[in-house]
Amino acid sequence: MTTMKLLEVEELTKSFGGVTAIAGLSFDVPPGNVYSVIGPNGAGKTTLFNMLSGIYQPDEGAIRFQSNDIVGIQPHQVAALGVSRTFQNLQMFFNMSVLDNVMVGCHLRTRTGLLSAALRLPGVKREERESREWARQALAMCSLDRYIGHEAGSLPYGVLKRLEIARALAVQPKLLLMDEPAAGLNDTETMEMQALIRRICEAGITVLLVEHNMGLVMQVSDRILVLDYGSRLAEGTPTEIQKDRKVVEAYLGGEVKYAM
Amino acid sequence: MKRLSGFYLLAALVVLLPIIFPDNYYVTVVGVTALLHAILAVGLNLLMGYAGQISLGHAAFFGIGAYTSAILTTRYGWDPWAAIVVGIALTGSIAFLVSRPILRLKGHYLAMATLGLGIIANIVLVQAGDFTGGPDGLGDIPTLSLFGWALDTDLRWYWVMGATMLGTVWIALNIIDSRSGRALRALHGSEVAAEMMGINTTATKTGVFVLAALTASLAGSLFSHQQSFISPDSFSFFFSIELVTMVVLGGMASTYGAVFGAVVLTFLPELLVVFEDFEVMIFGAILMLMMIFLPQGIFVGLQTPFRRRLTRRESPIADTPGE
Amino acid sequence: MLDQILQFVLTGITVGATYALVALGFSIIYNASDVVNFAQGEFVMIGAMSAIAMSAGENGLSPFLALPLAILLTIGVGIMLQRFAIAPAKGASVVTTIIITIGASIFLRGVALLLWGKDIFALPHFSGEQPIHIGNATLLPQNLWVMGGAALLVIGVHWFFNHTHQGKAILACSCNRTAAQLVGINVGKMMMIAYGLSAFLGAMAGLLVTPITFTSYDAGVMLGLKGFSAAILGGFGNPMGAVAGGVLLGLIESLSAGLISSGYKDAIGFIILLLVLFFRPSGLFGKATAERV
Ligand SMILES: Nc1ncnc2c1ncn2[C@@H]1O[C@H](COP(=O)(O)OP(=O)(O)OP(=O)(O)O)[C@@H](O)[C@H]1O
Ligand SMILES: [Mg+2]
Repeated sequence: MTTMKLLEVEELTKSFGGVTAIAGLSFDVPPGNVYSVIGPNGAGKTTLFNMLSGIYQPDEGAIRFQSNDIVGIQPHQVAALGVSRTFQNLQMFFNMSVLDNVMVGCHLRTRTGLLSAALRLPGVKREERESREWARQALAMCSLDRYIGHEAGSLPYGVLKRLEIARALAVQPKLLLMDEPAAGLNDTETMEMQALIRRICEAGITVLLVEHNMGLVMQVSDRILVLDYGSRLAEGTPTEIQKDRKVVEAYLGGEVKYAM
Repeated sequence: MKRLSGFYLLAALVVLLPIIFPDNYYVTVVGVTALLHAILAVGLNLLMGYAGQISLGHAAFFGIGAYTSAILTTRYGWDPWAAIVVGIALTGSIAFLVSRPILRLKGHYLAMATLGLGIIANIVLVQAGDFTGGPDGLGDIPTLSLFGWALDTDLRWYWVMGATMLGTVWIALNIIDSRSGRALRALHGSEVAAEMMGINTTATKTGVFVLAALTASLAGSLFSHQQSFISPDSFSFFFSIELVTMVVLGGMASTYGAVFGAVVLTFLPELLVVFEDFEVMIFGAILMLMMIFLPQGIFVGLQTPFRRRLTRRESPIADTPGE
Repeated sequence: MLDQILQFVLTGITVGATYALVALGFSIIYNASDVVNFAQGEFVMIGAMSAIAMSAGENGLSPFLALPLAILLTIGVGIMLQRFAIAPAKGASVVTTIIITIGASIFLRGVALLLWGKDIFALPHFSGEQPIHIGNATLLPQNLWVMGGAALLVIGVHWFFNHTHQGKAILACSCNRTAAQLVGINVGKMMMIAYGLSAFLGAMAGLLVTPITFTSYDAGVMLGLKGFSAAILGGFGNPMGAVAGGVLLGLIESLSAGLISSGYKDAIGFIILLLVLFFRPSGLFGKATAERV
């Protein structure tokens, strides 16, 4: 059975002072899926991502990735296990070019240390070439080829959203956490984003998606987890979720138009 | 090789200057100091310009190198080269020990901590008179010799300092253009994102802090042997600030910029000497004016990435950027 | 021994009161404009030096005129600093503003050197030099002036920020400049007030303490560094934290000078500051800010 779960979350709890952001939450993500987490503002989605990626430590509970317990380890160690992510608020390296941004994503796939870099030992050049090639591939996957020479700081928001994904893909993750990839995008850009999420999933990467755009969520997800005040309101396939009484009630007043 | 074309230009300049202007005070005397400052600034730039970690106490490491060389050679009769190596090892160890707690700090707190470190080091140099000669300093430091070639003229020192400076620049350029260099810049851009890319940011910060300290230590040892006399004044808070100014002036995160900044800031006081009593005042004014009106040194700051509102578009569902 | 310690404590509080005023100035300017003003110590020097210069000699002004004029002059310098050095560099990074204010401090020092040379000067004690005995410890009346003056100033500043329209407006500027502007606060004027107030505090510190400690053109350097240390120790941007940090730093220095080594007293102050930062990265009374992503 455990082989059927890429990520297991058990009784996870996190509070900030008086606010309980995540309260005893449990769920499993099977490999190969697009698994979405939805919920109103402040439901605790980003907090969940921050714990899954090692940025925050949970107060209680367990997180297992491919049966490894990842609670208490540093984000870079989580990344080394094969988890990558994007951020709700862009965390771009604005001081670097587009290509360099994505080449940073190749960090774990290369070995050059400070000393060999300083002396430009023979292996360095080869690794640089490889990284550049991998970065190009990731950029191509996100249709960003034409921005390759640009400075990250000069790009429009929609492009940066995809650049963050390209950078995360360069890590070659097994699990990709995407925090609101379509936020702030126009309709065309949202369609592109939807297609990109599909492509990522088809490439064999499991996607954990947080998104407020219900149309997109219903279209791309295999399963959906609905959060409310940090705990599970419902879980199931898009069809099940749309029929769920509690979900409809919780969203009452908000326009829940499922563009199917 | 396009990557290093700027470097070859710099090397040509360093080589040609004393050939075109032999025995010129500004080349072989002030020039040597400028080269020394350039070594320091290039090292500090890796830490400040690229990795975005401010240091207002870099003179401490310069001082540890200088005093280790001076003390071991004058008091214990060591070979200067051995003393340089010990100085580097000692500076590296000290930098390593303090780096962990210090580099956990951010912004003004980091500025304060590094400043404090520099001042503590300076006080020790002044107070530990039995060792350091106290405020009067240490003299009679032997000069270096290289394969039996004693560095006993200004010109010879120029060549050694020039070669060391070019070596430092070459190494810095290599690092910046590599996996490690990208890791440095990434942690400047966004520490969380760098971590998520698998970069151990703590280790990276420590690495670059130690590297900058080692460079400063080497420069300090060379300074000791070249000057043959050192005193705590050369390693004060003000010298740390001068180094920072060199880096910022050249435009942070530019190795050639750091060299440029070092040259400008070395020659400036030389030129201001003619103003006699007005020198201090004019130096302060120029420092202010340069920082106010030279934008290339102004915009690549140590601001944390989430305070940057560069290209962020307002979106109704995006979090407000946290402070 | 106990008497000695009492003596060190009294000295420490006097010195600490000066640090507190300088630290408070740091804090106010930082709150208003995100700038660490390394020229803060120069305010102290200018206040003292100009008062001495104006009251010196045969035709010198009476102290009742010289002191207020010195204060006004210092306030003017503070406002000009904001106007001509800080305001034009809007949007500059932390390091750049640090270098600008250090440039300003070197400039001011240069001017002082030009006008008054390298000599050391003192102001007369405000009310005689008859020592006051407390147990076996002694105190000069001027020590009481320093402590009392500093205490009144701190209370005044506290009241200003919490109970006056202008004070609250400055706090609003520090929270969010754009929002402050939107609700009709004249941000430029608030900056002037903040810098003027900081300079005023510096000048007051200078006038109060110079009868005891003397002054010279470069007296501001160490005071500036100590003030910054105190502000950081208390938690940067927290004005009352800065005051507490100042008094604490004064006490630490005085006690370590007396009990351990006077040569290393400054070093011990900084070492304790570093240790505090290692365990509390936002100072003693600073709010720990969790990074949000
Ligand atoms: N670092 C923090 N410190 C204090 N409170 C926090 C922190 N991070 C999150 N919170 C609180 O936890 C709760 C959940 O926040 P979170 O950002 O996880 O919500 P979200 O579901 O991602 O919301 P949104 O859809 O708006 O992005 C909120 O009340 C938030 O204020
Ligand atoms: Mg969120």
